[in-house]
Amino acid sequence: MSGRPVAVIGVGQTRYRTRRDDVSIAGLVREAALRALEDAGLDFADIDAVVLGKAPDLFEGVVMPDLYLADALGARGKPLLRVHTAGSVGGSTGIVGASHIASGAFERVLVVAWEKQSESNATWALTLAHPMSTSLVVGAGGYFAPFIRAYIERSGAPGRIGPMVAAKDRRNALRNPYAHLRIPDITPEMVEATPMLWEPIRYLEACPSSDGACAVVLGGRTAARAAPGAPAWVLGTAMRSEPIAFAGRDAVDPRAGRDCAADVYAQAGIADPRRDIDVAEVYVPFSWYEPMWLENLGFASPGEGWRLTESGATAIDGDTPWNPSGGVLSANPIGASGLIRFAEAAQQVRGAAGDHQIDGARTALGHAYGAGSQFFAMWIVGSECP
Amino acid sequence: MSTPGTPPPTAVPPFPRDRREGDVAVVAFSQTRHMAADSGAPEARLVHTVVSDVLQRAGIDRGDIGFTVSGSLDYLAGTPFTFVGALDAVGAWPPISESHVEMDAAWALYEAWLRLRHGDIDTALVYGFGKATQGDLPDILTLQLDPYYLAPLGIDDISLAALQARALLDAERVTEADLAAVVDRSYAAARANPYSAQAGFTPDTLLTSEYVAHPLRPGDIARPCDGAAAVLLATGDTARRIAEAQGTRPAWIRGLEQRVDAHGPGARDLTRCDAAERAAVAAGVGAAPVQVAEVHARYSHQEPLLRGALGLDDGVEVNPSGGPLGADPVMATGLVRVGEVARRIAAGAAERGVAHAAQGPCLQHNLVTVLEG
Amino acid sequence: MSPDRQTGSPDETLSGGHTVEFPGGYTRSTGPVIGRFLTELRDGRIVGVRARSGRVLVPPTEYDPHDGSPVTGEFVEVGPAGTVTTWTWVAQPRPAHPFTRPFAWALILLDGADTPLVHALDLGPDSGPAPPRRLRTGLRVRPRLRDERVGDITDIACFRPEVDRITAPTRLDYTIRAGPALTRYLDAQLEGRILGMRSRHGTVYVPLRDVDPTDGSPGTEEVELPDTGVLTMFSVNHVPDPRAPEVPFVTGYVRLDGADVDLLALIGRVEPSRVRTGMRVRAEWLPPEERSRTRPSIRWFVPAEKGEDDR
Repeated sequence: MSGRPVAVIGVGQTRYRTRRDDVSIAGLVREAALRALEDAGLDFADIDAVVLGKAPDLFEGVVMPDLYLADALGARGKPLLRVHTAGSVGGSTGIVGASHIASGAFERVLVVAWEKQSESNATWALTLAHPMSTSLVVGAGGYFAPFIRAYIERSGAPGRIGPMVAAKDRRNALRNPYAHLRIPDITPEMVEATPMLWEPIRYLEACPSSDGACAVVLGGRTAARAAPGAPAWVLGTAMRSEPIAFAGRDAVDPRAGRDCAADVYAQAGIADPRRDIDVAEVYVPFSWYEPMWLENLGFASPGEGWRLTESGATAIDGDTPWNPSGGVLSANPIGASGLIRFAEAAQQVRGAAGDHQIDGARTALGHAYGAGSQFFAMWIVGSECP
Repeated sequence: MSTPGTPPPTAVPPFPRDRREGDVAVVAFSQTRHMAADSGAPEARLVHTVVSDVLQRAGIDRGDIGFTVSGSLDYLAGTPFTFVGALDAVGAWPPISESHVEMDAAWALYEAWLRLRHGDIDTALVYGFGKATQGDLPDILTLQLDPYYLAPLGIDDISLAALQARALLDAERVTEADLAAVVDRSYAAARANPYSAQAGFTPDTLLTSEYVAHPLRPGDIARPCDGAAAVLLATGDTARRIAEAQGTRPAWIRGLEQRVDAHGPGARDLTRCDAAERAAVAAGVGAAPVQVAEVHARYSHQEPLLRGALGLDDGVEVNPSGGPLGADPVMATGLVRVGEVARRIAAGAAERGVAHAAQGPCLQHNLVTVLEG
Repeated sequence: MSPDRQTGSPDETLSGGHTVEFPGGYTRSTGPVIGRFLTELRDGRIVGVRARSGRVLVPPTEYDPHDGSPVTGEFVEVGPAGTVTTWTWVAQPRPAHPFTRPFAWALILLDGADTPLVHALDLGPDSGPAPPRRLRTGLRVRPRLRDERVGDITDIACFRPEVDRITAPTRLDYTIRAGPALTRYLDAQLEGRILGMRSRHGTVYVPLRDVDPTDGSPGTEEVELPDTGVLTMFSVNHVPDPRAPEVPFVTGYVRLDGADVDLLALIGRVEPSRVRTGMRVRAEWLPPEERSRTRPSIRWFVPAEKGEDDR
């Protein structure tokens, strides 16, 4: 990437749950932040700047909660930034944190993203339409279902692919102590037996609603050398946005996603993502988005993504493991979900992913998208300093 | 008054700056005529007005912009993702490298400035917008407070600011006459500012009105507006080229720092603005004489408070635009401060200026920009 | 429906109401520290938490706002009394405010705490638009707890000033009978006459009295005195008095013509700045219908008409 080298030197996550009734908002956010600091061998006093990410404020009903959380994050007297870019926000927050260091202005930055969905109801918040607006009250699943159906029709994918992805990611989640959904012995048949929510999305093909926070400590070269654990070097970062609706837009295979991938691959020297990327943590909130993003990200040719899934290539023991952590399908604290992808990618190249570690992972992709499949944020991390 | 138990601030030395990576300048600025009542124009139209204008002034195409970042607040409209709709006005096709902060757009400028310092792009577009007249801003800002100990009380932003004003009066840092003088000067300046919502407003009634929250009267309090602002940043030779084509000069950013203070008014000494002091020292405000400053004082008493915190001597002209009392397009107000100072430097009316932005209760979060010709 | 009229004219675009309210309200888990504070508050106690620095944070948080460090597990009961460190007076409360009549917001440092808390301050039902005189930084206050508490910061309904004064309405009823001399003096005033007494030393006292105060000897005769005289001494009063005209007002001693002692009287109908020692004055009588046997019938003395002070 451009600017000075940046590394992930600490990662901290909360356990993701439907309700984290045992903590306040500040307590939830601190849980992740303190774990990340501990991982980096640092304290709040060592941090130069704090970057906070979260989805819409309406979810918790606290306006600009970075202001209230400043004390809890040891930010008094320091720079603070609050990122909000829809569902891709966790990823964007990681990129903005990296930019702090790449710019040369800072050496150690704390990045935190969080959501406490149990305080309200995401569907309620997402469907708060103005009078005179023409939006449908459908929530995220209802919004994406037409794109998924279009993908199935376009690619000729068999109906079993979605349940396959759902079962694979939930099996991976059993290896991740932080994951929210834990369904022992889950199978594609079990997924197919659950009720249809937004055709073709069944109950177990949709992400849960979670409370949780994720934090990473980013450092420059000096900080990375001093860190107790192995760093994950940031080899590229990219963001792309396109309008939500315009004549000729392809919402199934959005150009913003393709352009974003091309940009981040160029920075990181990735010629063939399937060959050059050892493991990917990709934002798959509904099962079918795995084959769709396999194509959008260039891991498969158009119309062929589902074949890669079906072949087992994206399983934890496949040649292109996707979402060994269990992914968004296994835990979705919305504002944090993107940063979790970025952090899990970093843990893989740090060799710190525990039971879901991919052996020998040296290059990993973290991916997030949001709103009407129109905002994308990606980074590539590697075990070697660029 | 000194808040008992508040430890003295410890000096944090500014992080050493590397100046080799190309200096960054403000090369164009545009703002709407801010409206104290809803004109019916949607956010996207406000954004389109200023973005089109700033690109036209700079003489560059949308596709040449390296990075775009904006600041806005969903709660002004009471819906999630207001920035998504505004993106329609920016021309994000082909897809653009773009980000957003849920903060005053001055912090979007900060993000853009960091991004430009990477050295691989040479322009960045920053914009901020909001339609604060759609709801009740003091009620909205109540929800900005600690959700356990402050928001449930129903205390509003004006009342909190009044606690700060009283603390300053008790400490004899200001008098009520000082506040009246700030109001007088701000409204006089605003009447001469075509973008001000208060142009043509007579201040007589403001100074004699009943107190809203003693010691603050209506004239001491900024009135929320609908509006937008955009700034174009460029580096090095690109900045010089764009400025030259307009017959102006770049307004170079020589210091850009932001600091946040503790949240609760009980955790701070309200007679000082520690975060602004720290930001000003780090940005190097005192390194050379300053001719002009624009400060984000939404309440009259905050102008003298900030003048002191930023280390501006009596010779510095503060808020010649009328400041936020003249026009407060919430979420763009801080970026307007940067634009107003940059405009004067670009035109040669000043050599060195300071722009200040703030957000949060009682000036919790502060950003300081030092601009030079 | 969609707004299909693109006139751009503000009075022709559509508008409609929009309410943002999560049904039932947001559910906020408190965590251990805020939860402890609210639980104690429900029981009627206010507690703070000790930070590593030794400071007692009120209201308590899981971290020291100064540096983000975790607090100790030590909770300290504070208050209930405290001191106002700054305040604002709200003459016209907003709908979200806890009172519909004028009240104050204040930062209050509870006894034993190191950080002040924000709360409402009630100065009573008679509060008007202007801040009450006693409302000032340094005022000592105590919380008024709600009877039905649920574990919320609003379990403290408000704070009120500590008691530093009481009002003590007292009343005793008497029957007073004037002596014969005073009775005659007041009855004569009803008719517009002023009575005095000549003592055996030849001195004339006014009002009419029974004895000479120098030696207790009885008076020798009643004397009727004119209602004119000379101002011998006077003062300009700037302290309001319910029995007096508006400040500033003049009180003085009047030597009635023919008397040897002064009457204490109000001086009216003259700018205080123009009052002089030695000026001629005359009584201004209450109109007959306002006179009463139990009160003097002279309202005050006023400058004598021109020519009357030529004597």
